[in-house]
Amino acid sequence: MNEAPIVEVRDLTTRFYTEGGTVFAVNGVSYDLHEGETLGIVGESGSGKSVHALSIMGLISCPPGEVVGGTVRFRGRDLLGLSHGQMRRIRGREIAMIFQDPATSLNPVLTIGRQIGEALVLHMGISPRQAHDRAVALLEMVGIPQAAERVNAYPFQLSGGMRQRAMIAMALSCAPQVLIADEPTTALDVTIQAQILDLVRRLRDKLGMAIIWITHDLGIVAGLAERVLVMYAGFVVEDAPVKDLYADPRHPYTLGLLASLPRMDAARDQGEHLRPIGGQPPDLIGLPQGCPFQPRCPYRIERCAENPALTEIAPERRLACWVDVRSTSPIQAAAPSEAAR
Amino acid sequence: MSHEEDRGEVLVRVNDLKKYFPTSHGLLRRTVGQVRAVDGVSLEIYRGETLGLVGESGCGKTTLGRTIIQLYEPTGGEVFFEGANLATLSAAELRAARRRMQIVFQDPYASLNPRMTVGTIVGEPLAIHDVAQGRERRTIVEGLLERVGLDARAANRFPHEFSGGQRQRIGVARALALNPSFIVADEPISALDVSIQAQIVNLLEALQDELGLTYLFVTHDLGMVRHICDRVAVMYLGKVVEVAKSEQLYTNPQHPYTRALLSAVPVPDPVAEAQRQRIILEGELPNPAHPTEGCKFNTRCPLAREYCRQEEPALFECEPGHLVSCFAVEEDGHYQESRAHVL
Repeated sequence: MNEAPIVEVRDLTTRFYTEGGTVFAVNGVSYDLHEGETLGIVGESGSGKSVHALSIMGLISCPPGEVVGGTVRFRGRDLLGLSHGQMRRIRGREIAMIFQDPATSLNPVLTIGRQIGEALVLHMGISPRQAHDRAVALLEMVGIPQAAERVNAYPFQLSGGMRQRAMIAMALSCAPQVLIADEPTTALDVTIQAQILDLVRRLRDKLGMAIIWITHDLGIVAGLAERVLVMYAGFVVEDAPVKDLYADPRHPYTLGLLASLPRMDAARDQGEHLRPIGGQPPDLIGLPQGCPFQPRCPYRIERCAENPALTEIAPERRLACWVDVRSTSPIQAAAPSEAAR
Repeated sequence: MSHEEDRGEVLVRVNDLKKYFPTSHGLLRRTVGQVRAVDGVSLEIYRGETLGLVGESGCGKTTLGRTIIQLYEPTGGEVFFEGANLATLSAAELRAARRRMQIVFQDPYASLNPRMTVGTIVGEPLAIHDVAQGRERRTIVEGLLERVGLDARAANRFPHEFSGGQRQRIGVARALALNPSFIVADEPISALDVSIQAQIVNLLEALQDELGLTYLFVTHDLGMVRHICDRVAVMYLGKVVEVAKSEQLYTNPQHPYTRALLSAVPVPDPVAEAQRQRIILEGELPNPAHPTEGCKFNTRCPLAREYCRQEEPALFECEPGHLVSCFAVEEDGHYQESRAHVL
């Protein structure tokens, strides 16, 4: 990866100010996204993965939220310093986003064609008539049957899978260089999810855009991404090429996640139990001192009272942990049980 | 979860069970049609086993679970529980049978009354069935909370003070209150984070070992099914299309829908993912309000022939303990890749 990255995120920090206290949602996220690369971002609810994406897109509403620090460079240009007008010219055209829930991300009172055309008229300066024809072509590209009729349909007339296809058509309408997908298949059934993933793989190969795919599903990332960031409590805790992450996970949280998953493709040993991660997901208002995973970590040592920085441990691998899990054995039942809270 | 020798005694027998919901239209809400959510299902659930019930949204799996324990009145067919036909029981007998069959709901946020303390929630079945009062009820409730891994003091707190995983433990404690023999677990983990899911599954497994429970585990998570279930039933549009032991189903799926479903599940292994052959089904689930003629899967099936559009196949045994409903499989004796045509 010698060429300059297309997106450089440095020290991105986002907070929300609520009545209950300050929510430390994203706490210094840094990474590079390269041209044509598919980057998976994995984490559970509250890991900051979605908020980080909204921060990049300039979609954090203030108040209650605020991007308090860091830079996001797109082709060298800092997005966080742009005015609303300048950002609007980039959002949807250069960097597009698809959201989790196609039912609420589409405008219910506008036809699908109108919503796809909106971005084309705004960014490409073409006429509404041309935009309509282009919308039909885009719907065909994402595999919606009878596109010429469906273009005049309202969102409620489409199924969940079709709505998500329409969302993808909308995101791709201006041929963006970066696509950020925030759990776009979570609300869909597995056979429909398989259709969407297949579509995204084909479109990626055809259009060559870079993709940031945010999900909690380690299976999807395994089949789609080239590189994976694991997030926990607003921090990136591990960054690795996809094969290395699954074959040789180094962060105790990554290890724990992989161990807690049952495998559909492997027979189950008699009497084998899943090995869950003990304890609770972190409370982002009262983050623990030191490493955020430390209260649940079976490898914790005294030094964990100090939060480890994300450091390069090998080419293309970064890790935020003091412990080398390969040469250390986990402490049994280290994590407090749920009851203890 | 159970062992081979436990099989034999049938705890629940479902015979041609149907549940239709009326659909209405217009100002006067006239009934204009029916959604055939469960459309003729026959199943046996053995004592001590975990039967997985899998399928996509709208296939009727939740309705089947709820109709079996009589939360919905069946439109047709019978359910035998511990040998008795639930439809012929008197009100008092049915009430007694209800104690023995319980449910854990999907959404731990919606299924606990936010205005009740956890103690009241878990103790409510005891109150309704007049099993225990006052101090005795209190003691039972505290025992139940500890049994599911919560602190007995949780009884005085409200549901909002607990996380999703803890709330699901409260739901499990409530289901256990009346000493049931049969529990319908309706997507008990799908609302939880990955790291918490395994905690709840391990709890359910431990309780089964301790108390000899029988589970109907309703889910769309095929990875978890292989882990937790002894046998699996696959549903599609109100019908069971395949039933088999877990290992049979995962190593030798026969119904074309089961094959597509299994191939669609992403596996957390990049090497395996790169090598997998995926069967991408065209199209979507047809609307259950407009029943498909013939086999319900024919609109998406790579094996579909002309007769599949006219007649509906019945379940037949393709190998011991393995039932499947597909004409093509029945003719050939097993699934034949070469019969699949490109849609």
